[in-house]
Amino acid sequence: MGKRVGIVGVGQTHHAAHRLDASGVELIAEAVTRCLDDAQITLEDVDAIVIGNMDHFENINYVDMWATDGLGSCMKPVFKVTTGGTTGTTVGGAAYYSAASGMFDVVMGVGWEKNSESDTQAAIATCAHPVLERDPFAGAIGPLATEYSMYMKAYGATEEDAAIVAARDRNNALNNPYAHNRMAVTVEDVMNSPMLSYPVKFLDMCPRSDGACAVIFAVEEKAKKICDKPAWIHASVVRHDYTHFGDLEWQWMPTLERATLQAYKYAGITNPVKEFDVAELYQPCATTGVKWLDSMWFCERGQGPKLIRSGATHMDGIIPINPSGGVVATNPIGATALIRVAEAAWQIMGRAGDRQIPNVKKALATGFGGCSWSDVFVLGADLP
Amino acid sequence: MGQTKYETGKRETFHELVWEVANKALKDAGITVKEIDNVVSISSDFWDGRTISSMAISDTSGAYDKDISTVEGDGTFGVLYGMMRILSGSFGTTMVVAHHKGSESDMAGITNTCFDPLVERKLGLDAVTSSALQARRYMTVSGGTEEQFAMVSVKNHGNAMRNPFAQLPMDITVEDVMASEMMSSPLKKLDCSPVSDGAAAVVLAAERNAKKLTTNKKRVWLNGVGHYTDAYRLGDRDLADTRALKKAAKKAYEMAGVTLDDIDVAEIYDAFSYMEPLWLEGLGFCEDGQGPEQIERGKFTFDSELPVNPSGGRLSANPVQVAGLAGMIECVLQCRGEAGRRQVRGAEIALAHGINGMCGQSHCVWVLGK
Repeated sequence: MGKRVGIVGVGQTHHAAHRLDASGVELIAEAVTRCLDDAQITLEDVDAIVIGNMDHFENINYVDMWATDGLGSCMKPVFKVTTGGTTGTTVGGAAYYSAASGMFDVVMGVGWEKNSESDTQAAIATCAHPVLERDPFAGAIGPLATEYSMYMKAYGATEEDAAIVAARDRNNALNNPYAHNRMAVTVEDVMNSPMLSYPVKFLDMCPRSDGACAVIFAVEEKAKKICDKPAWIHASVVRHDYTHFGDLEWQWMPTLERATLQAYKYAGITNPVKEFDVAELYQPCATTGVKWLDSMWFCERGQGPKLIRSGATHMDGIIPINPSGGVVATNPIGATALIRVAEAAWQIMGRAGDRQIPNVKKALATGFGGCSWSDVFVLGADLP
Repeated sequence: MGQTKYETGKRETFHELVWEVANKALKDAGITVKEIDNVVSISSDFWDGRTISSMAISDTSGAYDKDISTVEGDGTFGVLYGMMRILSGSFGTTMVVAHHKGSESDMAGITNTCFDPLVERKLGLDAVTSSALQARRYMTVSGGTEEQFAMVSVKNHGNAMRNPFAQLPMDITVEDVMASEMMSSPLKKLDCSPVSDGAAAVVLAAERNAKKLTTNKKRVWLNGVGHYTDAYRLGDRDLADTRALKKAAKKAYEMAGVTLDDIDVAEIYDAFSYMEPLWLEGLGFCEDGQGPEQIERGKFTFDSELPVNPSGGRLSANPVQVAGLAGMIECVLQCRGEAGRRQVRGAEIALAHGINGMCGQSHCVWVLGK
């Protein structure tokens, strides 16, 4: 059977809308260098590397080859994975399995994106079927607006509920020096921001960021030597849905329901709201911060708004969500999901600075991507 | 395992190609899609002209409600990840599937984007022109000639005559290769692999699962693998130096516990004729610089001690993402004794090889067999 694996180091860039000071390779190098420093190891200690991003954003083919200088992968094993928005957790999964397989002891996963060099929405639009679905589902906002409209109608959720989430995450980002958008906003500010696509408003929606993130996974024997408090992987689960948007269930998220259910089973979680100390969730729009809670078994179906309004998910709540500011504050797409894993790991390692939740024993991280791909990581302070 | 016939201008869409090979692979393994617990697809947003290219084939690969991941690169790297997922203990039976439609792609434009956007891309470098530089460097270092490279093309197209899946079975001579259209000196058209469409799939199973399968097919084991990357910029490498391949091969041989003499048949990544002798040097089958001469001596023909590319190789069909996986499938057929008229007698241990990036920047070497 496989080996137990822990995260022993995390590094990320200072994310921004335009990192004119750094090329893509330099962004990667910044994250890799900080990650090695965080783990207090050198490149020589890294046995293998996995990288991911979304090709069409920067128009670089074979990124795993192009990034060699930034990754430090010359004369090392490297391969590339990519799955759209979930790319970061796909990278995390591939690095985790590489170590758990016994093939490599120390594996670094790197996700990155330089969105300032891309036409992000145009590139995303090409994921939809060219004849049947590219027009109605172009870009990321349309599908998110559609699903929240349906949720509002079905369960009485409101635009204000999403605004509470947007204000929560954006204010949390003030505590995160790496976050891209760091601004104090109120629920009224969110409600008054320009409408993008009803009911999604400007401050509900994630930005496009330049940035990179690196995470080092190590097998048990090594992890214990490298790190006094590794964040152990308790579960890594992915669920995928149909190919066509029109085939999807829009009122809830079957992939997230099934992925979390499986992950909780692996990790022995029966009451997620109580048992998790913190959650870093890939919620690309504040509306999903309301709607997807029931699909993660945080509440009964349709009860997301109640949970949000109660304040349970704020920094001082029973289950703080996105202390980092989450995706609405920072979104270098190929890195975004890996940042969720990285931030969850830092919370367990006690290295989350001003956004640290005290005494984190169990943390949840998710990834979301095109066509309702759901990735779930459960991390723990204790060995699985 | 399952594969399509490789040809150009296929009318089937990506997901139809994947449907065909996924079903062939399931049938070959004697299981249904229910018994597949995870999928690794291999696709490229560039070659497919579609963001999240794996999304287009998820339904037909059987990934609905399953744990699926996507490797971008050669199929050999997809098998590597599929195997590691099983070794992690998280999965028991993995579908690995790759597809490619070169006929819907623009090879020069797509491989141009592999190069640094500020300097090298502007020079017009692509897979053919950069490989021409590598071929020229290899000739300088080894003393190899264009005629010797042409012999690889003659051999492999000839081998393809015995392979019903190959795109370009051809009975040609060195003169035919030499007289074919110049693409980028010293590479002529018949030194280059064709534009191909096709798909391939394999089902991997953990030992505990593989032994339970009811199929009467012989199980072929993944015994060793190694993958290493060289420097990115062509100018940072000696293009005739195969150090990354040497490291990958050493690791694969050690893991499999084999020596070169144990290997009965090899499928090498011959996207261009000169690559076969160059990679054979890296794999240790001849001394550095001796590749072209050994080709001329017929050391790697179908009737030799070590038949190389009995399928006809990439020169006879090169569906890029699929190419290395097709080579692995050929190795499986050889080890099972199911390779028909191209069966290498007594083949028990086979070597498969795939590359990523330009001029073989990254290599993946597999040892398969009993």
